[in-house]
Amino acid sequence: MKHYVIIGNGIASAACMEGIRSADPCGSVTVISEERHPVYCRPLISYYLQGKTTLEKMLYRDPDFYERMDANVLYGRKALLIDPENKLVQLDQDESIPYDTLCIASGSSPFVPPFEGLDKVKKKHSFMTLDDALAIDRDISSETRVLIVGAGLIGLKCAEGLYGRVKSLTVCDLAPRILSSILDEECAALMQRHLEEKGISFLLSDTAVRFEENEAEMKSGVCVPFDLLILAVGVRANSGAAKDAGIDVNRGILVNEFMESSLPGIYAAGDCAEGMDISEGRKKVLAILPNAYFQGFTAGVNMAGGKKTFDQGIPMNSIGFFGLHAMTAGSCVGELYEEKTANSIRRLFTKDGLLKGYILIGCEDRAGIYTAMIREKTPLSSVNFEMLKKAARTAAFSPQDRRKKFGGMV
Amino acid sequence: MRGNKDMKRVYVNEEWCLGCHLCEYNCAYANSGLKDMVLALKGKPLFPRIHIEGDERISYAVSCRHCSDPLCVKSCIAGALYMEEGVIRINQERCIGCFTCVLVCPYGALSPNADGVMQKCELCLQNSAGEPACVKGCPNRAIVYEEREAVK
Repeated sequence: MKHYVIIGNGIASAACMEGIRSADPCGSVTVISEERHPVYCRPLISYYLQGKTTLEKMLYRDPDFYERMDANVLYGRKALLIDPENKLVQLDQDESIPYDTLCIASGSSPFVPPFEGLDKVKKKHSFMTLDDALAIDRDISSETRVLIVGAGLIGLKCAEGLYGRVKSLTVCDLAPRILSSILDEECAALMQRHLEEKGISFLLSDTAVRFEENEAEMKSGVCVPFDLLILAVGVRANSGAAKDAGIDVNRGILVNEFMESSLPGIYAAGDCAEGMDISEGRKKVLAILPNAYFQGFTAGVNMAGGKKTFDQGIPMNSIGFFGLHAMTAGSCVGELYEEKTANSIRRLFTKDGLLKGYILIGCEDRAGIYTAMIREKTPLSSVNFEMLKKAARTAAFSPQDRRKKFGGMV
Repeated sequence: MRGNKDMKRVYVNEEWCLGCHLCEYNCAYANSGLKDMVLALKGKPLFPRIHIEGDERISYAVSCRHCSDPLCVKSCIAGALYMEEGVIRINQERCIGCFTCVLVCPYGALSPNADGVMQKCELCLQNSAGEPACVKGCPNRAIVYEEREAVK
């Protein structure tokens, strides 16, 4: 009987269990979970604050999931060291557990820059975990003035979650625009206007240089009073234990298409892993939930002796704020085609005869047709691109390709 | 998740499709929960789970392919999409309307309902029609419900 060990208990870990069980119903599975919760939908923590979901509905799988997976979860435990020579994971409390194959699915942690005076701030939180959301939920009232440092996906989702529940929301970022990792200037400005219309304030190209208990002094000289501080500057892959074990690590644990790390028998998946972004042809940490599932499942199958590859990784995001959705996928490189209205922007990027990326705001209908073209590297010569410029439609494919796609007559 | 090689699915024949949109009406009616088609549809915005596509020359209906390796299920951030006996289903109570399924579905087969909650073809297994209403109501048999080789 094989012994499988998974470090982490998030989406990549759950997918890894499902991958293992698709190939091996018998081996033992041990999951090391720092968080004291069964696997939950991490991106839903903002919806929890908003009251759009409940703790029960946030569970990623049914209550008997671990039983079905025949997995033993060690809650509240931390993997300190990986010993690849003896195939052991050393835990806290002087315990170590042996493995035949190991998956590191340890996720990422908030990165907090060393702000001066940050220790004086009593009410401050990151926004990564359910426990963060629960603590914020306890700390707010209708009188709370909130300052969010970081106008990225995490910071802004937090702002949406708190909207209507607090007195004021101010978001600052060193970058000159919001959502700078996924949106260009014009698209970001459209989304920013939408958020400002709701009453959210922004201080961009600006950052806190010094904190007092209830005040941030900004680089621009502005002072922002607050009652609650949210730190959403960025995240870093939890790859320390892997690095110490001699595994190749860049920004994340480097993996190939089988999700194998540089050491035999050790796999990595999810936010801690760095795999290929095929839209750009280089390895990247693709810290998005779908990627965590695809990678985790692939790792699980291979750990259990099956053969599976995941070689269609691309960055992609669907993020909405107060009803306005932004969708992005692939890389914004090459030639740009765009269509704009007052409330929408459609930007398609092509290079070398392929669709390489897109940004859609307010026109997200059927965007997956575009995404599939990026992922599958569909030659533009085989489609009616003029039609696709107006809208994502399968009618843009040739009758033969349609027949193939739809599995028959069409 | 179980495979679904021998499952019946909805297929279309674009040579026979008249582009009459009756499938869309029948779909919206079957999923309305109402017993009267006029009450269900008249003067109301329609949110069907099947859509007529095409250009001036051809038309055909598009609905969920019930993929055996479903990107939507694997990508759902709310655990709302799932596979049951080969059918891709959605728990609308869990859906928070993030549109990630729209981001990944290669067929454009998911769309929001009037409340911004996602909906999709569930082969009328969950409603009173019991069999796909689009197929049953197609006047030219351009939509069929049958078993074929597995969809990837």
